[in-house]
Amino acid sequence: MLLTVKHTTRYVFDGKVTHGLQRLRLKPKSTHGQEVVDWRMELTGARQEAAYDDQHFNHVDLVSIVPGVPEVVVTCEGTVRTIDNNGITGPHTGLMPLWCFLRPTPLTRPGAKVRQMLASIEADRSDVLGFLHVLSGRIAEQVEYVSGTTDAHTTAEQALAAGKGVCQDHAHIFIAAGRLMDVPMRYVGGYLRMDGGDEQEAGHGWAEAHIPGLGWVGFDVSNAICPDERYIRVATGCDYGEAAPVTGIAIGAGETRLDVHLSVGENKVGAQQQQSASGGQQQVQGG
Amino acid sequence: MSAETGTNFDEMLNADGSVRPAYAEFRQWFDSQDKGWLRRQDAEAERFFRRIGITFNVYGDDAAEERLIPFDMIPRIITAREWRKLTRGIEQRVRALNAFLQDLYHRQEIIRSGRLPIEALRNNEAFLSQMIGFTPPGGVYTHIVGIDLVRTGPDDFMVLEDNARTPSGVSYMLENRETMMAMFPELFTKIPVRPVSDYPRRLARSLQACAPPAFKGEGGSRPVVAVLTPGIFNSAYFEHAFLADQMGAELVEGNDLRVVDGRVCMRTTTGYKAIDVIYRRVDDDYLDPLSFNPNSQLGIAGIFDVYRSGGITIANAPGTGIADDKAIYSYMPEIVQFYTGEKPILQNVPTWRCSEADSLGYVLDNLADLVVKEVHGSGGYGMLIGPTSSKKEIADFEVKLRAKPSNYIAQPTLSLSTVPIFQKEGLAPRHVDLRPFVLVSPDGIDITPGGLTRVALKKGSLVVNSSQGGGTKDSWVLDE
Repeated sequence: MLLTVKHTTRYVFDGKVTHGLQRLRLKPKSTHGQEVVDWRMELTGARQEAAYDDQHFNHVDLVSIVPGVPEVVVTCEGTVRTIDNNGITGPHTGLMPLWCFLRPTPLTRPGAKVRQMLASIEADRSDVLGFLHVLSGRIAEQVEYVSGTTDAHTTAEQALAAGKGVCQDHAHIFIAAGRLMDVPMRYVGGYLRMDGGDEQEAGHGWAEAHIPGLGWVGFDVSNAICPDERYIRVATGCDYGEAAPVTGIAIGAGETRLDVHLSVGENKVGAQQQQSASGGQQQVQGG
Repeated sequence: MSAETGTNFDEMLNADGSVRPAYAEFRQWFDSQDKGWLRRQDAEAERFFRRIGITFNVYGDDAAEERLIPFDMIPRIITAREWRKLTRGIEQRVRALNAFLQDLYHRQEIIRSGRLPIEALRNNEAFLSQMIGFTPPGGVYTHIVGIDLVRTGPDDFMVLEDNARTPSGVSYMLENRETMMAMFPELFTKIPVRPVSDYPRRLARSLQACAPPAFKGEGGSRPVVAVLTPGIFNSAYFEHAFLADQMGAELVEGNDLRVVDGRVCMRTTTGYKAIDVIYRRVDDDYLDPLSFNPNSQLGIAGIFDVYRSGGITIANAPGTGIADDKAIYSYMPEIVQFYTGEKPILQNVPTWRCSEADSLGYVLDNLADLVVKEVHGSGGYGMLIGPTSSKKEIADFEVKLRAKPSNYIAQPTLSLSTVPIFQKEGLAPRHVDLRPFVLVSPDGIDITPGGLTRVALKKGSLVVNSSQGGGTKDSWVLDE
C-alpha cells in the first residue's frame, strides 16, 4: 500500500515564549515492512538545533522555539510504501540488548492490577504468541477506549484500574504484562490509516513483543489486530516517553493550545506501479 | 582489627622501631624540631583552612553540615619505586574501565562472553540506555577518575573502590600541599617531593583534548571549558569554584546556559558563547530535564541532544556510574583481564556478592568478621563493620541483609596500613587510604603523583570517610 501522510502539529501560545525546546521524533525510517519513499518536515516559529539517531535508532530533531512567536507549526509530509507482514517486524537489530526491553519503566511498572489480570488469564503460556493474543483481547475488554480520560503521564496500572484509556494506555498495559512473562516488549508510535477516509483523529500507538523465531511482532490492542499495511511505524521505545512524537519545554508560554491535523491517504496509482515493478518480491513475501 | 595489635603495616616504622627509608629524611627533620613550635604550627594550619574556606564534605554527602575536615600535618610518603608500580596498575585499571564502558554501551561482548551476568546491569539504574550506540568525543567516558587504594603490606596495594562519576576531593590534595609548603617551606628544599600544583593546568589540558566534533578551533582558539555546579548550596561548591578559578574556566549553573544554534551556550555581556567541554558536577539524573528527571532545575534542557549530535563534550560521560557500582566492582579482576588481556596489577579486595546464595551463606556465618556494604551506598553509611559491632548491631544488620541480599556485598576486615598522626603526646599510628586522581584523554592517561590521603583519626578505627570522623594528609611521592 502506498500511504501519503500529512501531519500538522500546531502549538498556539497565550503568552510570550522566552525559551522553548521541542524534541521531535516524527520521521519514519525504512524498515522491515515499510519503505519511506519521500519525507520532509517544515517548521514555522521554530528552528533546527540538533539531529541524531537515538538508542532505538529513532531519528530525533531538537528544535528551539523562536522567542516571542505566537505559534509553532510542525508539518510533516511524505509517502511510505507498506506491505502486510501479519504484524511481524522481524529480527531485532541495533545495539539495544533485548533485556533492556524487559526492564519496567515509570509508565509500564506493573502493580497489583496488572498482575491480577495476568494471573486471571487461563490460556497455554507455552504458546507465547497465542497467549499474547488472548492477553490483548482481555485488555481491550477490561479497558474501554475512551479519549480524554488519560494523558501522557498515565501509567499502565492507573489506566487498568480506571478501566478507561486510549491506544497508548492499552499498549502500556500490554507491555507491562508481557514483561512480567519475560517477553521483551516495546512501544511503537506511528500512523494508522483507519477505514472510512483519509482524515485521522490522532497518531496511533501500539506494542511489539519479541518472540523467538519470529522477532518483533506487533499487537494493536485497541483494534484487536496485528498491524498490517495500513500502519506506519515512526518511533519505538521502552514506553511512550521514549517514542513520543513531541516532548518539550516552553518557558513563558502560558496556556498552550494544541491542534493536530492528520491525514493518511492511499495513493492507489503509485501502488499499482510498484506492484508491477516488484512482482517477484511480492511472491517471496507471500510465501 | 586495630592499630594496637601490631599486625598492621606501619608505613613509617619497621617492626623493630627503626624508620623506613621513605620517611628517613622527614623523620630526621621532625625529630629536630621544637615540639611546642610544631603544636603552634598545627593550630595555625586549622586557621589557614578556615580562612580559605574549605568547609565542604569530601565525599558529596549533601545532608552533612558544613564543617572543616581535620588536616594532619604528618605527610604520607610514597617512594618512587612504589609509585611506579601503582601508576602501572592504575593506568591498566582505568584503561579497562573505559573499554568496559565503551563495550557496555555498544556490543556488550563481556555479557555475550558470559564473564558478566546480565543481572549486574538489568536492575541497575546507573546503566543509562540513552547512551547505547553513542561514542563520546575521543572515546573517553571517564575523564576524571579517583581510584581508592588501601595498603596491607610493603608491596600490597589493593583497590577499595573506583570512583568513575564525579570523584571529589582534589581541592584538598592541592590545599594540603599549599598549606604544608606555607608552614614548612624548608622541608621541600630538603626532600624531593613531586609537585601536584599543576593539576588544574593538566585537568584543563586533558579536558581540552576531548573537544567535540563541533569545535573547529578557528583562528587557533582553544576549546572553551566550563565547570557546571549545582550551585552554592552544594556541599562541594567550594571545590567547583576553586577548580574553575584554577583552570581559568567558567563556573556556570544550569540557568546560565541554553541551547543556541546547536550548541550549549552561556550568556555573556557580548552575547552567547558556545561551550566545548563541560566538566559537570551535577549527577546524570539532573543533567537534562528533557532526557532525565523532568523536575530538575540544575541541568540544561536539550544538552543531551547537543551531546549526541556532537555539539558538546560532557565530562564525565553520562552513564559512567555503572562502572563504579559496588556490584560491578566485584567483577573488576575479570573486567581488567577481559579488556587488557593482562593479569590485574592491582588487586581487588576479596568481595562476596550477597546476591549469590553460596556467598550469602558464608557472609551470614561470618558477619562478626566482615565488613558489609550497601551496593549503591557511599560515604561509609549503612555499612556493618563486624569486628567493632555489638551483638545487637550484628543481629539488626542480619535482618536487613536477609530481607534484601542483592543490596549488599561483603569484604574481609583488612589489616589497613597506618601512618602516624601528630598529637600533643607525640606520634600515633592511624589507618589511611589513598585516592589518586587520574585524567583520561585521547592523549593518554595522566596520574598526578600522590592524591588525597584520608586518615581515620580515632584510635583503631578503620573508617576514613570524612563523614565518619576522618581527616586528610598531604601525600608525597618522592622523586627518583
